Amino acid sequence: MAKRLGKRTIAFQQPPAIMASAAIVGEKEGQGPLGQFFDVVSQDSHFGQKSWELAESEMQKQTIALAVEKAGLQMTDLDCILAGDLLNQCIGSSLASVEAHLPYLGLYGACSTMAQGLALGAALIDGGAIRKAAAAASSHFCSAERQYRFPLAYGGQRPPTAQWTATAAGAAILAKGGSKIRITHAIFGEMVDMGVKDANNMGSAMAPSACDTLEHLFEDTHTQPTDYDRILTGDLAAVGADLLVTLLRKDGIDITPVYSDCGSLLYGSEQDTHAGGSGCGCSAAVVCGHILRDMEQGTLHKVIFAGTGALMSPTSLQQGQSIAGICHAVVLERAN
Amino acid sequence: MNLTKSEYERLYQKKSPDSPLWKDMLWAGLIGGAICTVGQLVSNFYKGRGLDTDGAAAATAITMVFLGALLTGLHLYDKLAKHAGAGTIVPITGFANAIVSPAMEFKSEGLVLGMAAKLFVIAGPVLVYGISASVIYGLLLFWMGG
Repeated sequence: MAKRLGKRTIAFQQPPAIMASAAIVGEKEGQGPLGQFFDVVSQDSHFGQKSWELAESEMQKQTIALAVEKAGLQMTDLDCILAGDLLNQCIGSSLASVEAHLPYLGLYGACSTMAQGLALGAALIDGGAIRKAAAAASSHFCSAERQYRFPLAYGGQRPPTAQWTATAAGAAILAKGGSKIRITHAIFGEMVDMGVKDANNMGSAMAPSACDTLEHLFEDTHTQPTDYDRILTGDLAAVGADLLVTLLRKDGIDITPVYSDCGSLLYGSEQDTHAGGSGCGCSAAVVCGHILRDMEQGTLHKVIFAGTGALMSPTSLQQGQSIAGICHAVVLERAN
Repeated sequence: MNLTKSEYERLYQKKSPDSPLWKDMLWAGLIGGAICTVGQLVSNFYKGRGLDTDGAAAATAITMVFLGALLTGLHLYDKLAKHAGAGTIVPITGFANAIVSPAMEFKSEGLVLGMAAKLFVIAGPVLVYGISASVIYGLLLFWMGG
């Protein structure tokens, strides 16, 4: 049974394991610096489907199936799928798992969804409610653009603070055991609204929530940044990552020796993604493709993955509401 | 984190890079100017073929709207606009782009509730306020006996 540490952190008594993970990305993401770490780089951004929404669903569906296969399981071995995306009513994930015939929980945490799924899945497993689950998240540049911004063929310009929604999906299989990589702690964050209203500056909207969650985690677990091999946020991109470092430094915490951000890692500077990547699939693919692989190989042992999300909708923005940030985090540890 | 919203606003605005205004304006001027030069050449062509000033202006507008729509359909207009900004929005070709791009995007939701309903989602405000302004201008002209 999980134990409460300090104000917010959950410490798992029998840390659930990540049996396997998979990441599928689009062509642009495959051309980025992490391209070699993804299981599949699709050359077809339509994924053989007739709409962008179906393309995203297909990508997520294939990613979950691949993760299940890599874990040496069948879909029927899972007790539950926890999945989310950016589309209205979470339809990308619903359509991806409609034929799985498994209990399904649709999650919405904007770009924090992968961390949210890992934390919830681990809590359900450690609590004995389920035995095995898939946690997944996806985003697609084309389905996000048409919902949040403009038609693809519309001629517009983006400011340097804007982020690029990744065409990517990641999935992880959680179980009671079966792997050296464990989720030892989880923390669900509060929404932090610092009054940012610019949808083209989501890094600024999310950085305060990442600061809040990380400070709580350090305090509750009596740890400091250097106790970890890597502290990974997803996905603050250049502007938000810089702000997070500044905010933590003001409170006497220096994360720079071990810090990186999924939004900054996914694309190269020549790929013209402005501040960097975003979207549920960005951190999902970076963690499931790159970070978990490094942990498996033993180059990383203890990692904080802090997923950050900007909670807003086109309607809320048009009505003048500010963007609240949210950050959920999990501590991943490799047992020796 | 002990910052007020206004303190945080100052911080994030300092950390957020501004758009490269001079570069953007230069590109907007160059590409917008190039589009206008093409328009002038088209106009000269029609005039040379015997159309009067009004006829040539109408034929030029039609041609430029066609070219804007064609480049939008070929996904070239958005690539140009990425550098040109206002240089591709302001000319009449930008209006064509604003109509054709939603038509292309939303046809997946059907010809009625998708394409037709969303056709004016970007250009709608221009039409509403443009036509309203012209009506007001016309009425003022009528009353003032212009």
